[in-house]
Amino acid sequence: MTRFVGQLAILLALATSAAGALLAFAAARGARSLFPARRAAGALLALVALAVLAMEYALLRHDFSVQYVTQVGSLETPVFYTIISLWSALEGSILLWALILAVYTAALAQWQRRQPDAGVATGGGYTLGTLFVVNVFFLLLLAWPANPFGLVSPAPMNGPGPNPLLQNHPFMGVHPPLLYLGYVGLAVPFAFAMGALFSGQLGPAWPRAIRRWTLVPWGFLSLGIVAGAWWSYEVLGWGGYWAWDPVENASFMPWLTATAFLHSVMVAERREMLKTWTLSLVIATFLLTLLGTFLTRSGVIASVHAFTQSLIGPFFLAFFGVTLLVALGLLAARAETLRAPAQLDSPLARESAFLANNLLFVAFTFVVLLGTMYPLIAEAARGVKVSVGAPYFNRMNVPLALALVLLSGLGPALPWRRGSPRAVLAKLRWPAVGAVVVGIVCAAVGVRAFGAWITIVLAAMAVGLLVEETIGPARARARAHGEHPFAAVRGSVLANPRRYGGYIAHFGVLVAAVGIAVSASYRREREWTLRPGQSAVYGRYAIQLDSVWALEEPHRDAVIAGVHAFRDGQPLARLYPRLNYYRNSNQPIATPAVREGAEDLYLVLSAYAEDGSTATVKAIITPLVTWIWCGGIILAAGVVFALVPARVARR
Amino acid sequence: MIPWRRVAWPLAGLPVLALLAFGLTRDARRVDSPLPGRLAPDFVLETLDGDSVHLTALRGKVVLVNFWASWCLACVAEHDVLVAAQRRWGPEGFQVLGVVYQDTRPNARQWMTERGGDWPTLFDPGSRMAIEYGLFGVPESFLVDRAGRIAFKQIGPVSGDALARMVPPLLAGQTTSETVEHRSPGHVRSSPEFPTAGGERREP
Repeated sequence: MTRFVGQLAILLALATSAAGALLAFAAARGARSLFPARRAAGALLALVALAVLAMEYALLRHDFSVQYVTQVGSLETPVFYTIISLWSALEGSILLWALILAVYTAALAQWQRRQPDAGVATGGGYTLGTLFVVNVFFLLLLAWPANPFGLVSPAPMNGPGPNPLLQNHPFMGVHPPLLYLGYVGLAVPFAFAMGALFSGQLGPAWPRAIRRWTLVPWGFLSLGIVAGAWWSYEVLGWGGYWAWDPVENASFMPWLTATAFLHSVMVAERREMLKTWTLSLVIATFLLTLLGTFLTRSGVIASVHAFTQSLIGPFFLAFFGVTLLVALGLLAARAETLRAPAQLDSPLARESAFLANNLLFVAFTFVVLLGTMYPLIAEAARGVKVSVGAPYFNRMNVPLALALVLLSGLGPALPWRRGSPRAVLAKLRWPAVGAVVVGIVCAAVGVRAFGAWITIVLAAMAVGLLVEETIGPARARARAHGEHPFAAVRGSVLANPRRYGGYIAHFGVLVAAVGIAVSASYRREREWTLRPGQSAVYGRYAIQLDSVWALEEPHRDAVIAGVHAFRDGQPLARLYPRLNYYRNSNQPIATPAVREGAEDLYLVLSAYAEDGSTATVKAIITPLVTWIWCGGIILAAGVVFALVPARVARR
Repeated sequence: MIPWRRVAWPLAGLPVLALLAFGLTRDARRVDSPLPGRLAPDFVLETLDGDSVHLTALRGKVVLVNFWASWCLACVAEHDVLVAAQRRWGPEGFQVLGVVYQDTRPNARQWMTERGGDWPTLFDPGSRMAIEYGLFGVPESFLVDRAGRIAFKQIGPVSGDALARMVPPLLAGQTTSETVEHRSPGHVRSSPEFPTAGGERREP
């Protein structure tokens, strides 16, 4: 019954999205009403939601006649992990993808209804129709090669449960949905770009609409990436958070191009320049989400995240190819219309800073793409298997990232069109002084690692400029209206949420950049084998092993070490690093115990004697890791602030 | 006249597509295995009935070591292939050995009672033998020749055709081995190659 409901919902959703696409395109061509297509968007959402509910019902009922449940379900898995096992394997995660896509489709239809003028001016039916076509593709996957509702007969009595790593930490319930909300949502700006190109409506409306519709998924994607890094830090037990794994790169590349887009679109909006480039970035972002999914879900590139290969590889390749050819063809066809009426006036202008920013981001994307694809290129060209490791990515990307930090400390000082060197220098004077002071202080207190030092100095300069850019307008305002300084800051910030939202996001990125540089430079670790009661000293820290014991849980067994941690002789925390043994894996999963702070103390139980007489504990001490997570949250706050419409903020 | 500027853009995408299409024809997970051709790791394990089985004692027979679990879906279909193989070649010196992987004795006993199968079912405490054999998941099978060398490794359910191709020459005393492992769909990949700590498993 559940299977039937789920199957039927998916097939009906497929038919609905196909009909929606036809209705929307027909409306766009014949200038007929978009009303039926909007209705289809609502129906689509209801049907996909029904399919998801059917799957959750099957998972919770342990209905092992459903193919997906036999893959990820087990009677012993706790309820929470059973619910979130919706996204612990291929078919279910495509189902989640389809749900989020349907939500965005319905939201776009609503927006077009509420803002009919803006809707028409941004491609109208073409935009909605394109998004429906993307829906058709994903529902086709669910109906055929990645069908989660397949029949299993005879039904087994139990299943293996989700991959151990995906049921080892509650954060698994947060990271994938956040990431998907971002990743999938990037189809909407793509639909806007295609709508603009199809309809030839290349006036001033589309940059504004695409910008807002990109900010939401971009914010989610940023949070999703940071959440994934945090999950990997908390779960994988190697003390790191980023490994340049193909799946990580797959989520990072669209983020890079989307970030480049968010900057270049301002030039497109204000000066009507870089329009072809900006549309190319939107299209590239969507193509990179498809490419990333293709690479990691089709078995083409081996990855720790890769799912088992299936027929979806050829499907993705076909969809990727069609999208690539259609989008590039349309861009080429509209190249004349997109030509900019104006030219860059001066290198000392905001436009030039954005252009430099874009070149750096695109270079960054290319480096990551090359590293990810290189194993495939090498196999095609030379027939050998190679793997590209972190050293390549770090060596190539660190200079690019530093250049971006530097640029964020210069760009906001430049005015549009043409700046006078004198005015620019006046703005940069205090931030530069501040950066020099910070640099001297850091060197004095012993920051000797050059990478960390230069990042701190450049970030200090950029933060100084953000402060300057906040105080400057407020001071002018205070002088003009005779306001209290605090009221003036508040007034000028609230009057321009878009700008200050951007600055808050900049601040978040800078905080994260310092966190990344310092934690990478000052990580240290040591390992001891201890008897219960024995303690070991490591710098300012001491740890004492109390005891080692085994614990049996329904879905796993665990061996746990109880450890007292001290800092400077004072009790710091009681920590319980453990090794979890899941039934469907013959390798133990080490779950670290982390005491977070300015410096993280991270303990891993790496081995123990079977009689509990000794335990081998590794301590990893990393400063400022928490700054990375904080940076992500600040960035998201900036997105929220930028999206609050100006009039609500003024109220 | 051909508008080259317009055609050139989409054409630029073709090499990427060609590369990706090539990628689909490869299996990124196919790795050369060091096992085939080597002596099979020896073991002494206890059966469901409490007897013990020593691999070396079976030297001279062609042995199929088959890792399985009752929660493994692909093992269901594979089981019939094993039953048929044991029946067909058993009299000529062929022996299936089932090794239960990460499962309980009652589950294994129920499975064997329901589905039949006239061969020893072994228990592998702490999956030590699974680690020795470098197991990826279940089902997974190792065909050992009369000299005790691994002649063939199958990741995923073993097919009747593969056995019909491999077993008779081995029974005839040949020792030819295939140097790569074979993979078939339906295999449960149990342990992703994450950097996990090398702790020893304690018997619960």
